[in-house]
This record gives sequence, C-alpha cells and structure tokens, in this order.
Amino acid sequence: MTLFSLARGSLSNRRASVALTVLTIAIAIALLVLVEQMRSQVREGFYRSVSGTDLIVGAPTSSVQLLLFSVFGLGDPTSNVSWERYREIAGQPIVDWSIPISLGDAHQGYRVVGTTDAMFEHYRYAGGRALEFRRGGPFSDLFDVVVGARAAERLGYAPGDEVVLAHGGGNVSLHHHDELPFVVSGVLAPTGTPVDQSLYIRLEAHHAIHVGWEQGVPRREAMLTPEQARARAAAHDHDHGRKDDSQDNRQDGLGVDRDDDHDHDDDPGEPDGAESASNAAAAAPAASLQPDEISAFLLGLKTRAAALGLQYRINQQREEPLLAILPGIALQQLWRITGLAEKILRVVAGLVVLAGLLGMLTALLTTLGERRREMAILRACGARPWQISALLLLEAAFITLAGIAAGLLLAVAAQFALAPWLLERFGIAISFAWPAAWQWLVLAAIALAGVLVALVPAAMVYRRTLADGMQVRQ
Amino acid sequence: MPEPLLDIQALTFAWPGDRAPVIDGLRLAVEPGQRVFLAGASGSGKSTLLALIGGLVTPAGGRIRFAGEDLATLSRARRDRFRADHLGVIFQQFNLLPWLDPVANVLLGCQFSSARRQRADNPERAARELLAAMGLAEDRWARRADELSVGQQQRVAAARALIGQPDLVLADEPTSALDADRRDAFIELLFAQVERAGSAILFVSHDRDLANRFDATLELAELHAGRAVA
Repeated sequence: MTLFSLARGSLSNRRASVALTVLTIAIAIALLVLVEQMRSQVREGFYRSVSGTDLIVGAPTSSVQLLLFSVFGLGDPTSNVSWERYREIAGQPIVDWSIPISLGDAHQGYRVVGTTDAMFEHYRYAGGRALEFRRGGPFSDLFDVVVGARAAERLGYAPGDEVVLAHGGGNVSLHHHDELPFVVSGVLAPTGTPVDQSLYIRLEAHHAIHVGWEQGVPRREAMLTPEQARARAAAHDHDHGRKDDSQDNRQDGLGVDRDDDHDHDDDPGEPDGAESASNAAAAAPAASLQPDEISAFLLGLKTRAAALGLQYRINQQREEPLLAILPGIALQQLWRITGLAEKILRVVAGLVVLAGLLGMLTALLTTLGERRREMAILRACGARPWQISALLLLEAAFITLAGIAAGLLLAVAAQFALAPWLLERFGIAISFAWPAAWQWLVLAAIALAGVLVALVPAAMVYRRTLADGMQVRQ
Repeated sequence: MPEPLLDIQALTFAWPGDRAPVIDGLRLAVEPGQRVFLAGASGSGKSTLLALIGGLVTPAGGRIRFAGEDLATLSRARRDRFRADHLGVIFQQFNLLPWLDPVANVLLGCQFSSARRQRADNPERAARELLAAMGLAEDRWARRADELSVGQQQRVAAARALIGQPDLVLADEPTSALDADRRDAFIELLFAQVERAGSAILFVSHDRDLANRFDATLELAELHAGRAVA
C-alpha cells in the first residue's frame, strides 16, 4: 500500500463521478487541441494544393478570392481573362508551364474545370508531386473527361463511362446538356487536394457546352450537337495544325500567339454575342471552339525567384488589367482574415478548460464531507496531515492527466470524424498529427493548473485533520 | 519498579469553543502488557482522552509520558510518527476504508510506520495470519470491506490495530455494535492476539459487564482532579 494506490482505490470507489469529471476535462482538452490541430492541418492542406504553383493570374479581384475560386473551387470568378492576354503571359521566356482554367460548371456537386493536358503534365502539389492516373489517361477525344479520385469514387465512374455535364455551378442544375455526352478517359490517383473533387474537360469542350448559353438561358437552336462541335474542333485543329495550343505556344513564343489570336478573332462563327450566336447553327462547321476567355491560369516559372518580378509586371499593366498573386502570400492574407475567429475559438477553448478544472474542484469539495471518516481512519493509522492532503493532490493529478489523455483521444477521433467533411467541402485531406511541442507545454501547464486547483481542498483537509483528531467530531 | 508504559499526570483539555474543560486534572497509568478497562458514560471525554494519548490534540495542561517520551516535547510530525509506531486503534464502528479488502485494511496499520513493518517482518503474511487468528473466514479476504458484517469488520479492525505489535492498543467501545455472543467471542480473540503481540490494551466502554475480564478497571469520572486509582 502506498499513497498512490490509496488514491487510486479512493478514485475507483467513486468511479462514476470521477468518470464524469474526467469526461468534462476531456471535452475541454479535446476542444483546445482540436482547434489548434484543425488550424494547422487546414493550413497545411491548403498550402499543399498551391505549393507547386508560382503565380495565379485572373481578372482583377481580391487576392483571396482569386486564390479560392481558382484552386479551391470556393466562390465564382467575377470576370474573365482574355485568351490573348493568357497566351501573351504564358509565352514569356521565364514561364516554364501554364495551366488555363475555365470554371462555372458542376456535375453532381463536383466542379467541372475546363483546362488542357498541361494540367496533368505540370500541376504540382505537396512539394512537387505530379498528378498520376490511377486508371485510363489524359484527354484524347474532344469530349473526354478526367475525373478526380474522390469524385470518381463517389460517382462510381471508370474509364469508358458516359457522363452528362450540366451548365451552372450548383448541386442541382435545371438544364442538362443532354446533347453533349462526355466519356471518362481517365481517373486520377488521390492527392488530398481539391483536384480529387474535380472533373477536368478540355477548354474547347467547356466552350462547346456554353454555346447557346450566351444570354444566361439556353437557346436550343443555337446549341451545338456533338457532331457540330467535333467538326468545329477539327476545323480549328486543321487551321493551326496542332492539337494542344497551350503546349505549343509555350515554345512558339509571343509572335505566333499574335497570329493565332488574329485568326481567332476573324473567325466568322465566333459565338461571342447574341447576334453571332443566332447564326451559330448555320456557321457551326466552320466556327472554331477556341475559347476567347478563361477564368484564370496557373503559372510555373523556370526560377521561383522570378515570380515577384513577373507578378509586378502583370499587376502594373494598364490595358486589360489583371491580378497576379503569389499563392503563399494570398494564403497568408486568408489566414489573417480567419485569424480573429481562431483567436476567439482559442479563448473559448481556454475558458472551457477552466470550467472543466472548476468542475473538478467542485467534485473534490463535495467528496470532502463523505471522506471525513476515511481521513480520520488514516490519521488513526499514523498518517500525517500532509499525507492526507497529498492524497487529494494525487487524485486531482490523476483526474487531470486522465482528462488530458482522454481529451487527446477525443481530439484524434474528432479529427477522423471531421476529415471526410473537410475533404468533401474543401478538398482538403487532413491526417492525424501529434500536437506540436508548444501544445504539449500548454497541456503540461493545464496538468499543473489541475494540481494547483486541488490545493484548495487539500488545504481544507489539512486544517480539518488537525482539528478533528482521531474521530469525526460533529 | 520500571516506568509505566503510559503515565498521565494532571491532564487538562477543552475543545475550542467549549467553556468547561472536558478533561480536568486527569491522572492515569498503564503498565506494559496490562489490560485496563476504562468505564465511562458517553460524553465523559473518552474519545478526547484517546485523541490526547494519540498525540492528535495537544493538552492545555498536564503531562503525557508514553513509551518513555513526553508527548508535549515532540513536534507534531514526530507525534504522528510516534502514534504510527506505538499505537493501534479500534473504533466503535466504521473502522475500515470501504473500498479496500480486509488484507489491505490490515496493512494500513503499518503503512505509515517502518518500525511496525519491520516488526511484522512480512506484513502481507502477518496480515493474513492476524485475520485468520481473528477468525475471519478466508473467502472474505478478497471482498470489499463494506461487504463484511459489522462483527467481521471489527475483527479486521482489531487485526489492523495489532499488526506490527504496537505497545498499546486503544479500543474505543469496539463491542458496542455487537450482540452479547459475538461480543464475548470478539473479546476472547482480541485478548489472545493482544497477549501474543505483547501489547497493553486500554479498553474504553460503558458496558461494565466486561470489566471482570481485565487486570484493572478505572472509572473515568474518578480519574479527574487527582481522584485517580491506578
């Protein structure tokens, strides 16, 4: 028998109320740990998605908004970037690669991104990892779709499946483009980024499903049939003698781009307004599917150090102003916005911990009356007052430590429970992580605070055992 | 003539808040191994006297010499040590920590005294021997103490008071919760073990039927203000 085993015996004698006290503290600790863990995990998850991208360019808006809609599919672009400007910037010698992005469509709640094969070749995440195909491969036909891992899993898509894509960004779409069925060409391996939650189609196909939608409502007669669309795409490819514009232009440089854009502008079937669109059906076979606008584009530079200079040049340009952002800096701005909420959550978590410790104090104080007899017995056996006080401190230490341990377990469980939601909502994959060193210090401080709180009943017991003598005096 | 084990002279004590002292000029002596019956009605200061002998409270006046030490000259920590080393205590009831089994409760008796542990040699075995000697059936040894009957609990309490052979056992109405048959059986067993341990016993009770089994009988009321007989 030691003081320790006496404390343990006394606790297990009151295990129901002790368990409740431990649970109270555990919930408080779990909240505290979870707030911090989610904070750092979400930050890391967001950073993962943009870590391989040097610049993101879009129409002028706020940095955070551009970052959120271009990479994370949160919110919508307010205006677009002209194709010419994209080609001009993408053609600069310091640019290693560029990925154009056209947004605005969704399929069963997953966003549909118009892009090029450059996405699968050049997009990097989590410190330089490239996208991999789990099954199938990149685009070959105009109406091919590449499906992110999570979307494919949830929708049950495999290469060869037919998919009907709808215009609009929401979960529910009123208008379905039954005319333009897509075929899954590949399924990507999981990345833990919003890529998993996206469907990728070619820019031209993205453009094709919007022909006839120029006024925001569908006009059936202006829409393209798959055959018309393929014919247009083929004509376009034939004109320019190549299939992948973004790739070739990168090597061609600025001069070729200008030619390209010139041809493009002269295209008689260009559906850029209600007037031309009304003729679209007639002019369809000759019309190109080359989009004249994209939502944004991602840039990878030959040297990361060049990013600041290019950003400055893009942001200073006065005709057709654009916004170029460094993703890391934009994320910092985002965190500054969310920082206040995090601070409030932290304060709340701290107060809940305090409430938990006060709950323990209450529980210890209410046991003192019923434990008076036990203390008298221990006194009669020769226990010193400090030893009886130490019993209370030991119990408090045990309750606090058990609460902290249970709280950590709860936090882990909550992380696992929250992970699917974060993945679904933001495309952010979080994994379990141990608290950082400074968090362990906070937990140690809480354990110490638990023992300090117990000094109150310990001191009361100390005085009472001196006054009581060997028997409880009424 | 060797010094008595316990020698109390002119002892005075009042609890804080009480006007009249509950003990007033008390004289008492107990020889080593002596069995002393101390008779007194409730409220006559029996429990206070035991607390004074145990060194848990300090007298207002007078002197307590116990096992060669003047308790008043010891620090409070030393008095606690002294109590743990030299004294075994049996209360009227609720002697045991309810969540411990009988063996662990008996071991509490030498938990706070290394001298008692040494004298017990192997405390675990000593505890089992004492429980067996006090007639507690072995199938009760692994139960929680509060599952035992009152009589069984008192036997465990006696075993705890005796483990490690203390010089003196203080018994405060240990049989008042027992019926006459079990009371007699308990006293038999207690005396046998007290004798085996070589301890003296100061047995406080209002039940004067028991008095003839003791070496000496004292009336608490007569011990006050120098009217003592030893």
